[in-house]
Amino acid sequence: MSSEQQIIESRIKSEYKWGFTTDIDMETIPKGLNEDIVRLISAKKNEPEWMLEWRLKAFRHWLTMTEPRWPNVDIAPIDYQDAYYYAAPKQTEAPKSLDEVDPKLLETFEKLGISLEEQKRLTGVAVDAVMDSVSVATTFKDELAKHGIIFCSFSEAVQDHPELIKKYMGTVVPYTDNFFAALNSAVFTDGSFCYIPKGVRCPMELSTYFRINAANTGQFERTLIVAEPGSYVSYLEGCTAPMRDENQLHAAVVELIADRDAEIKYSTVQNWYPGDENGKGGIYNFVTKRGICLDDNAKISWTQVETGSAITWKYPSVILKGDNSVGEFYSVALTNNYQQADTGTKMIHVGKNTKSTIISKGISAGKSHNSYRGLVKIHKGAHNARNFSQCDSLLIGDRCGAHTFPYLEIEDKTAKVEHEATTSKIGEDQIFYCNQRGIGTEDAIGIIVNGYCKEVFKELPMEFAVEAQKLLAISLEGSVG
Amino acid sequence: MSKLNYDEIRDWYVSNFNTFENNLNGSLDVPFHKVRKSAIAKFEELGFPARRHEEWKYTNITPLLKEKLPLAGKSDRFSAADLAAYTFEGLEKNLLVFVNGQYSKELSNYKNTVDGVIIENLASALKNHSDLIADSLSQYANYDDEAFVALNTAYANDGLFIYVPDNAEVEAPLHLLHLSDSNDGAFFSNTRHLIVAGKNSRLKVVESHHGIGDAICFNNFVSEVVVMDNARVDHVKLQDEHSAAYHIYNLQAHQEKESVYSLVNIDIGGKLTRNNLNVALKAEHCEGHLIGFYMGSKKQHIDNHTAIDHAMPNCYSNEIYKGILGGKASGVFNGKIFVREDAQKTNAYQDNKALLLSDDAKVNTKPQLEIFADDVKCSHGATVGQLDEEAIFYLRSRGIPKEKAQSMMQYAFASDVFEYIPIESVREKIDHTIFERFKTL
Repeated sequence: MSSEQQIIESRIKSEYKWGFTTDIDMETIPKGLNEDIVRLISAKKNEPEWMLEWRLKAFRHWLTMTEPRWPNVDIAPIDYQDAYYYAAPKQTEAPKSLDEVDPKLLETFEKLGISLEEQKRLTGVAVDAVMDSVSVATTFKDELAKHGIIFCSFSEAVQDHPELIKKYMGTVVPYTDNFFAALNSAVFTDGSFCYIPKGVRCPMELSTYFRINAANTGQFERTLIVAEPGSYVSYLEGCTAPMRDENQLHAAVVELIADRDAEIKYSTVQNWYPGDENGKGGIYNFVTKRGICLDDNAKISWTQVETGSAITWKYPSVILKGDNSVGEFYSVALTNNYQQADTGTKMIHVGKNTKSTIISKGISAGKSHNSYRGLVKIHKGAHNARNFSQCDSLLIGDRCGAHTFPYLEIEDKTAKVEHEATTSKIGEDQIFYCNQRGIGTEDAIGIIVNGYCKEVFKELPMEFAVEAQKLLAISLEGSVG
Repeated sequence: MSKLNYDEIRDWYVSNFNTFENNLNGSLDVPFHKVRKSAIAKFEELGFPARRHEEWKYTNITPLLKEKLPLAGKSDRFSAADLAAYTFEGLEKNLLVFVNGQYSKELSNYKNTVDGVIIENLASALKNHSDLIADSLSQYANYDDEAFVALNTAYANDGLFIYVPDNAEVEAPLHLLHLSDSNDGAFFSNTRHLIVAGKNSRLKVVESHHGIGDAICFNNFVSEVVVMDNARVDHVKLQDEHSAAYHIYNLQAHQEKESVYSLVNIDIGGKLTRNNLNVALKAEHCEGHLIGFYMGSKKQHIDNHTAIDHAMPNCYSNEIYKGILGGKASGVFNGKIFVREDAQKTNAYQDNKALLLSDDAKVNTKPQLEIFADDVKCSHGATVGQLDEEAIFYLRSRGIPKEKAQSMMQYAFASDVFEYIPIESVREKIDHTIFERFKTL
């Protein structure tokens, strides 16, 4: 045990390596939140009247709401007036190609391991890079356009494809949905929009990389993915932020719409700055993610690896409306130091023969708290609906907490619902087994934790899976006990 | 239902407290009366729980709040001969009967044979054993955030006080028979039990609840069970009330070192049942068992909220809950397991299964683990499904009619719960009653 203890001591000061800031001219608007700010954001983005109307409706609704208190987390009160709601790297004109993008921005993303240069073509991933409030660049647009795929920033979509935005925005997550969704709807600044036409299989992974850079800003982005009948898309999302002492708010909304026979695979590697080892600073990650299987045989799959953020509060959900539609949720949530996570999913079965699978792996270390909260709802008439849920928790250290709050609401007798949960620590015998084969304790923990999460990692696209495994090892550094 | 009704009915129970006080006839000077007063104040503050209260999300008590129910009166409709239908073989001589929440000396049949054991109705024990009672009564069932416990504590007068001294063994199981008669109109009855099992003692208690009549009876129970070092208490509860009964039962069990507490809780009657069953493992090497079965048909609603609190290391808890719902019945299961920071080496197991037999039946399940210690083994499983068609087909292909095949399958699903009932005659009778009841589903 003492050697293990020493390993902990030596590694406990592992740093968040994405914590640098980019010194770049930023354009911000005054602090605070009121109708004028909402109007200003809309004006900055040169939005049409209907968009502003929608924002204002959302804002007025937000004023009537109160912050949710039910999550199993401790939140210091958030002063919504003490933040900038718009911050953008200064650029005179929108860049027409990557060559015109400020090299400093490209460098930032380079440093984060996200090269926006076309040479990354080999990996075949199209990236929309978002810094603070605006999208910096989107790669492979032309290539995708050949297939009829629209992949661009949300602001561009509002300008170029207003009919699609009007038709789909807010249909899955209405602005009345919850406090943070309403806030987002009022002040969202950018995000990604993706439209896959009928019968098209998207030839590459689409990805958005979110970066918070400015201080005292909130990041509010919206992602909307529409998959027309018979189409397929795999979408990745990554995020980091600089190390700062104050908490920053990130309240995003993600809406997925899968029509008949369409499939959307949405993967997230969330690595916002989690705060330091004393729990100071870090991002509040309050995100509303929801998908709808609109018609028969649609499929939506959420995979998430949550290692960052001081507080995570998110429940990627699927509404299984079409018959035979499938919803999946694979999650690894790791908390260390003073991080808190309250995450899980909602599977709402409406159609017949709908299936859902939930695999959630929680890992708590240090003084962190990790909760799984999930709902499986089988509506009356959702004949032969099937759900399987497995929620495992791994505790590393004796000062952390792991909690499970599954809600199962069953209104149809033909439903079959199974839920399993276990909580345990890494077995000393497992570590001993590795040790006697010459594997050091820290590596052994890494191997065991990776094995524990394997079911989820195998759902990630390959590049991400490798990244996620590394991320997990880094986030765990120093927590071994 | 409007907020007004909640407040109006709450105020009614608060104002009716004066009537209750006036009827106490001189028991106002017992020390416990102070607790009653603070409890009614607390109740006034809390009010009845609305559905926005997370713990009452799935249980709607508004039908109970439509009428201003008076305190239960006496009933003489039950005669000693009637009791045969409710008693268990071999337990007839250990019978303690409560009618509408009041102890009935005439119907009870009990003689104490063990030195030092006190078995007395609470109303008289409050006067005769006030010191012993003061140590325990209302020390465990907290009324700070549970309105029904507050209400019960305020109106606590009758019920049973069982005190088993250190090293004593009450060999014969006690039978606490609760009867309700609402033929003379709707009422509110309040029963409070206190069971204290001293060090190294042994006790078996069987509770059963039945009723006649068709007006509402609101039966509000609180039981506190204290199990001292190395003692063992086996507790069986059968609730088979009539179809207009609202059965609200709060149990608080408190366990000391190396003690064992086992509860088998069976709900097959009543219109609305809400059990809050809390077991606190407050010292090392305790063992707690919570075993339950519920069955509902028509518009019955059965809600079981259980909580097992592992406060200290090396304890073991085992929870198995099964339910069968037909008609338009609805079931709720909420099973919490807390493992506190100190409770290393905890081993907690929870399993809950529900069968839905009809299109209109529904079940809401929320198993919940909250764990603050790392060296623990905790697992829970929950399933909801229907009878296996293939198994039914198998039975039918062997000439067993469909209905019979279904009953057999239901019985197979439920029967392992009954195995936990430690008294043979009780087990057999309950087993038989339920098997017969399957036909009504």
